[in-house]
Amino acid sequence: MAKLHVSTTINGEPQEFLCEADQSMLDVLRGPLGLTGSKEGCGTGDCGACTITVNGRIVCSCLMLAAEAEGQKIGTIEGMADGEKLHPLQQKFLEQAALQCGICTPGVLMAAKSLLERNPNPSEHDVRFWLAGNLCRCTGYDKIIRAVMETAADMRGAAR
Amino acid sequence: MSTKESTSANDNKWIGQRTIRPDGADKVTGRAAFAADTTMPGMIWGKVLRSPHPHARIKSINTRKAEAYPGVKAVITAKDIVDFPLDKSVMLGIQDMRWMCRNVMAREKVLFAGHPLAAVAATTEKIAAEACKLIEVEYEVLPFVIDVEEAMKPNAPVLHDFVKFEGKPSNIAGRLEHKLGDIDTGFAKADVVIERSFRTKPVHQGYIEPHACLVSVSDGKATVWSSSQGQFMVRAMCAYMSGIPQNDIRAIPAEIGGGFGGKTIVYLEPLALVLAKKTGRPVKMIMTRTEVFHASGPTSGSYSTIKMGATKDGMLVAARGTFCLQAGAFPGSPIRGAAGCAFAPYNIPNVYSEGFDVVSNRSKVAAYRAPGAPIGAYGTECVMDELAEALKMDPLEFRLKNAARMGTKAAHGPVFPRIGFVETIEQAKAHAHYTTALPKARNGKLYGRGVASGFWFNAGGESSAQVNVNEDGTVVVITGHPDIGGSRASTANITAEVLGIDYRKVSVLIGDTSTIGFSNLTGGSRVTYASAMVVTQSTEQVIATLRERAAKIWKIDPDAVVWENGEARPAGDNAGKFEPLSLGQIAAQASATGGPIGAGKQLNTTGAEGGFATHLCDVEVDPDLGIVRVLRYTSFQDVGRAIHPSYVEGQMQGGAAQGIGWALSEEYIFDKNGKLDNPSFLDYRMPVCSDLPMLDSVIIEVPNTKHPQGVRGVGEVPLVPPLGAVSNAIYNALGRRFYSLPMSPPKVLAAMDLAAE
Repeated sequence: MAKLHVSTTINGEPQEFLCEADQSMLDVLRGPLGLTGSKEGCGTGDCGACTITVNGRIVCSCLMLAAEAEGQKIGTIEGMADGEKLHPLQQKFLEQAALQCGICTPGVLMAAKSLLERNPNPSEHDVRFWLAGNLCRCTGYDKIIRAVMETAADMRGAAR
Repeated sequence: MSTKESTSANDNKWIGQRTIRPDGADKVTGRAAFAADTTMPGMIWGKVLRSPHPHARIKSINTRKAEAYPGVKAVITAKDIVDFPLDKSVMLGIQDMRWMCRNVMAREKVLFAGHPLAAVAATTEKIAAEACKLIEVEYEVLPFVIDVEEAMKPNAPVLHDFVKFEGKPSNIAGRLEHKLGDIDTGFAKADVVIERSFRTKPVHQGYIEPHACLVSVSDGKATVWSSSQGQFMVRAMCAYMSGIPQNDIRAIPAEIGGGFGGKTIVYLEPLALVLAKKTGRPVKMIMTRTEVFHASGPTSGSYSTIKMGATKDGMLVAARGTFCLQAGAFPGSPIRGAAGCAFAPYNIPNVYSEGFDVVSNRSKVAAYRAPGAPIGAYGTECVMDELAEALKMDPLEFRLKNAARMGTKAAHGPVFPRIGFVETIEQAKAHAHYTTALPKARNGKLYGRGVASGFWFNAGGESSAQVNVNEDGTVVVITGHPDIGGSRASTANITAEVLGIDYRKVSVLIGDTSTIGFSNLTGGSRVTYASAMVVTQSTEQVIATLRERAAKIWKIDPDAVVWENGEARPAGDNAGKFEPLSLGQIAAQASATGGPIGAGKQLNTTGAEGGFATHLCDVEVDPDLGIVRVLRYTSFQDVGRAIHPSYVEGQMQGGAAQGIGWALSEEYIFDKNGKLDNPSFLDYRMPVCSDLPMLDSVIIEVPNTKHPQGVRGVGEVPLVPPLGAVSNAIYNALGRRFYSLPMSPPKVLAAMDLAAE
């Protein structure tokens, strides 16, 4: 079967690719596009390691068909930092040791960024339920939750 | 916070500082290369055909149709893997190559649903998977047994004809015992004796990164990129199973996305290597999550019986434990951890502890964080709770009264040196968590608090390091241990501390098998312990060289030069008056003063000492739904010395979370055909962040005197107490005790219904 031609925007830049009709967005990101920051932990939408944004909404890219990217705005972990300047969440995760092995980290960061865009003052409860779709086996989540809440506080302070 | 904290402290004191990990930026930006992230030109894909049967004799395998399928480049079966005959053991660490070669590719029989039978390399992953379906296997299906108690019965289906127990074919592949004093005499002195049996289910390590590798072979020389807890283990396993000598295999450690013991053995690497050799193309293999659940190595399910006795004034006088652990398809369950650690926290004069290693038709067990110890401690800590109640003693006070201390003889052998177990109990007793009252029952919800303690051996072993001073005075350190949870950060702290320079001037890399000396597995809580030793000794050797170079520049005796705060100084007024020389100044003159400056050390590190912890757990039980929520959790652990406190806390928190999952929700569920029924993260229920509270961690530092920085090892102890702590909390809430795990909602609900009748 002929491949599908898709025109999309990834991390603010126009991008075209060819894909199979049944190929997932994650496969295309990691394969032909070489954006391996999104990870595959399960392939069934249970772990959140492949979290990306589509028009600002978080999506498990393993559950999205690549063809669905046509005309959409895709955001991946590779677009989170501004060049060498880390996003405040990325910086806080380093300072707070909110990662151990780091495999879940890109997905957690993408989801957390999306939370703070919607809710600049999340409670612990808000953060725990927003990130409930991102499995982390190393940290017990404690330092992740603290890092997200502290980043939110810093960003509120900076915005004032 | 951490950067500020670091710079406000003395700049030359890095141990104990919350520095930024050297690999951090790569890991938060998606740049870090994990095993599945690597590709090569001309790369093809490998896939594995797995058995649908838990137990069957392989009568024939026909690969012709698969080989003829367009896009297929090679098909391999057990005949392409080096055979290790069953009558002669060849050990690699704790692994027996007889079992390893049969585990990566079934030989005479398939022994679990998911057991590999063949592997295909093809131009795409999809073609490889399609071709697997074309392989024809003729089986003689055999009766199977999975449960450990069933497998021990005299009429159970026997997995291996050559495994004999007491002279007869059996699934009991091994037994060990630890004895101290005489338990009959001991129990005769007891006023209170409690004996209970406990059951646990197999649970998976649950690393988020599935097993993955990429292997290329060129001119007979292989390069292996893979995710493992030891590149040297990968190299040796590949060499054994392919027949390629070790010097022709370069094993490169990719970043590893979690292991917890589960990546201390190989599954894919030897297959990819043989496929790559056969095709002349680089071969990539990645397990799906389903394959990880079916065919990697969850820990043992278990059946154990614990009997403990105490006098009426609360002194333990005797303990007996029997621990039967499921090994899976091949011998090797962690009975040493279960039988050895179960009673180690307590000073008990009479102990008899025995373990049975039982094979059964599930995947071969792999290590899981303090292998066996959580199973051992689970029963002991529940019985300790019952004894304390019978004696009307506070459970922490009861533990304190019987706590192992310096001079206590443990049943598994050692007489403990100075250890910090007592401190963990004392700090738990004094902590606000323990002194704050539980909520009163309300809205039908019930509340309870549990305590439990635990012990793990910790380990030393082989490590290598190389420390090189660059021309600009910065430093590169190479060690041989895959960094699984921030160990590069502790290496940077140690090097910076010993050398007296800013930690940001130290780069830390993990070498591959061809660029750094042999280093044993990342496991046993040994990495910071052992690498600190080799890094410290290498750095001290570098300092000796730096002093010599300064002496040469000043034309004085090297003994007249001291190294302080990152500078060479004259030892005193008699040495002469010279301006101090910084590391950078000496490095810049290295060529003229004798050449490159660097040193390496290779050691078989000894002196590892056990670690102890005490945990507090508060739960809320909803009797209508059977749901147990952990409301508050605090861990107290003697770590010796925390080189990087954040990553120490992280180990304590992560272990607690895994233990809560093991206690409440995680289990392997097999269907009536012996196939795993819940091989996904949806159905195998690990804690997500809305399931957990903050996990407080209290670091206690009673230094290990045999270690240059006082390190004991941290990673594994945190998984030992939680099963008991959660169980005891639920008992405290309900007044009913569960003797099997997990205490999942259906089980709790059934118990509540039973009580209501």
